[in-house]
Amino acid sequence: MFSIAWWIPLLPILSFITIVLFTKKSKLISSGISILVMLTCFIFSIMIFIRFLSLPLSARPINFSVPWMIISSLHLNIGILIDPLSINMIVLVTFISLLVQIYSLGYMKNDPRFSVYFSYLSLFTASMLGLVLSNNYLQLFIFWELVGLCSYLLIGFWYFKPSAATACKKAFVVNRIGDFGFLMGIITLGLTFHAFDFQAVHQKIALGLNNGVGSTAAITLIALLLFCGAVGKSAQFPLHVWLPDAMEGPTPISALIHAATMVAAGVFMIARTYQVFSASTVAMTTVAYVGGFTAIFAATIALTQDDIKRILAYSTLSQLGYMVLALGVGGYTAGMFHLTSHAFFKALLFLGAGSVIHSMETNDIWKMGGLLKKMKVTGITFLIAALSISGIPPFSGFWSKDEIFDAIQSSHVQGHQILLGIAIFTAFLTSLYMFRLFFVVFLGNGHHEEDSHENHAIHESPWTMLVPMIILAFMSIFFGMINAPHLGLYSKFIYYGSHPQKAPFSIKMVLISSLVATSGIILASLFYWQKVFSAKAVANAISPIYTLLKNKYYIDEFYSFLAKYFVFGLAALCAWFDKYVVDGGMVDGSGKLICAFGRGLRKIETGKIQNYALVIFGAIAVIYLIMSF
Amino acid sequence: MIPVQDFLYLAGLIFSIGVFGVLSRRNAISVLMGIELMLNAVNINLLAFAKFWGWTTLNGPVFVVFIITIAAGEAAVALAIFISIYRKFKDINVDEIKYLNH
Repeated sequence: MFSIAWWIPLLPILSFITIVLFTKKSKLISSGISILVMLTCFIFSIMIFIRFLSLPLSARPINFSVPWMIISSLHLNIGILIDPLSINMIVLVTFISLLVQIYSLGYMKNDPRFSVYFSYLSLFTASMLGLVLSNNYLQLFIFWELVGLCSYLLIGFWYFKPSAATACKKAFVVNRIGDFGFLMGIITLGLTFHAFDFQAVHQKIALGLNNGVGSTAAITLIALLLFCGAVGKSAQFPLHVWLPDAMEGPTPISALIHAATMVAAGVFMIARTYQVFSASTVAMTTVAYVGGFTAIFAATIALTQDDIKRILAYSTLSQLGYMVLALGVGGYTAGMFHLTSHAFFKALLFLGAGSVIHSMETNDIWKMGGLLKKMKVTGITFLIAALSISGIPPFSGFWSKDEIFDAIQSSHVQGHQILLGIAIFTAFLTSLYMFRLFFVVFLGNGHHEEDSHENHAIHESPWTMLVPMIILAFMSIFFGMINAPHLGLYSKFIYYGSHPQKAPFSIKMVLISSLVATSGIILASLFYWQKVFSAKAVANAISPIYTLLKNKYYIDEFYSFLAKYFVFGLAALCAWFDKYVVDGGMVDGSGKLICAFGRGLRKIETGKIQNYALVIFGAIAVIYLIMSF
Repeated sequence: MIPVQDFLYLAGLIFSIGVFGVLSRRNAISVLMGIELMLNAVNINLLAFAKFWGWTTLNGPVFVVFIITIAAGEAAVALAIFISIYRKFKDINVDEIKYLNH
């Protein structure tokens, strides 16, 4: 029964091949194949989930493995690992991908490359499904790279826009930096443990900590290198720069990337290799602090952005920071729980933003306003998502965020009080920027009413776009409750170690988090709805900080500077070396040497018989002299 | 009784003169004469050793007869070629006649 898991990544790959080779001409058939396949995968995932629940603990996890390559003593396998973590991911990925594909039917309706779009979506989802089902590091890496490739294709889907072409290259290159570290980590791990299967490696680590095989230093190195990969893929500081630019792709893609497929891969990878991370205190502390820093760093940038998708992108960065922080402080369940609940409301936010962009044909929030009246469903679902991400009880974001706060509170990481402070302050910033966005777009009176000729264009989106949003809104409200205190279904399913560990539920923390979230909303409403205070005045008062935030801390400029002077300098050096040493010295040089040799030898070919005779006699004389001694 | 060394000195001298003639002369007929000298130097050597062994075998003298015969034939053919070359080029200098396809 569990072997149907093989079909979960395979079916979307088959649908990709079918669309690309055969049905590209027909929009209807292509999208139909893609959506039906995704629906099948979703049903399969649910079947696996239900069946898995009835398995006794001793029978878990289920591991299918087939040999792939045998190189002397190294056995490489390909396989599928079914455990609570991967089940969580396959259900989530197929669910979000299914909704995004249905949504895309409406959103991409008039795109000439509609079928190609669906084929990429299938491939993208297939890669992510293969990634989460991997049972060894190498397979994980292969699908990891495939996810990177698909994100490149989809971010650059509108490749004729120069900004999209640049953004997809940027995403690819930045990811490559992280992936280099990741690959190094896998190689180091292979050299240390002589195995790549998760179960084998993790067993060795568990044993090794007792017997001294694989020193703590080696494990710390491996964990930090693996974390490089997660930093790239999950867009943590300092490799976060690609994610806001990735907004150049179609909006449903942003929803998919931000919610389930791409950025979740990094967090998932940390959770998957948690045995490695938790074996090293240094690595865990690094993970926690990088996550915490990214959370607050991105939230401050999000306060000042004007582009609706960019605000959401920075909010994703910030929320990913939360997840990484949670994993870093030992909150395995909290991290994965936030990943899952975040997937629902962030997908909803992006789909809502897509719906707004679809009718407004602009991304600038200041050109929108009062849309709640004209787009009721979009407005209300967006509000639900915003309440959820802000952490207002009882929306699902509240429960998962609270779980993270509890995890930080009860952790042993050095300075966890600071991290808790950062996390709570970030929660305040989150509700502030999210409601700034909501009030400006849906309640404020934007500039569009001045151009009345544009007004008639604002309309509610078609039902193909609204239905996925309503489903997601439902999930954003109710999903979190499954892990409410005394219920804790999620904690009982996904946990690290031998038995569920739920951080103690604290009423104090609930009050604090609700309070900061509410105060953020109130502050946002005073600034952007009731206009009691002027945001411009505040911005002018702290103009150096405002400029710094507006320009995203000048990180992009700093990287351009680095690229200009170091990368291009190095490239120029390499070019010089190639031109003058490789081409000039070695390639042309060897040719020139042969020519010179030839020119020298040509002189003895005089065509005069007597010269030849002289050589013959001379040679005989020399031979005679040699022989006679 | 003349010692065998004297014959060998003579033969070496004649051979060297022949080599010198072959290498230095530009006139084809002189080159041919150099070759004849070298052949005859070899003949002298063969006969000298035959005499040194007291004419016990006749291999050497028989060889000499063969060499003289073939040298005569060779000289006849070579001279015939030279004459036809001279008729064509009005010259018999070996340096000038590089190409047989003229």
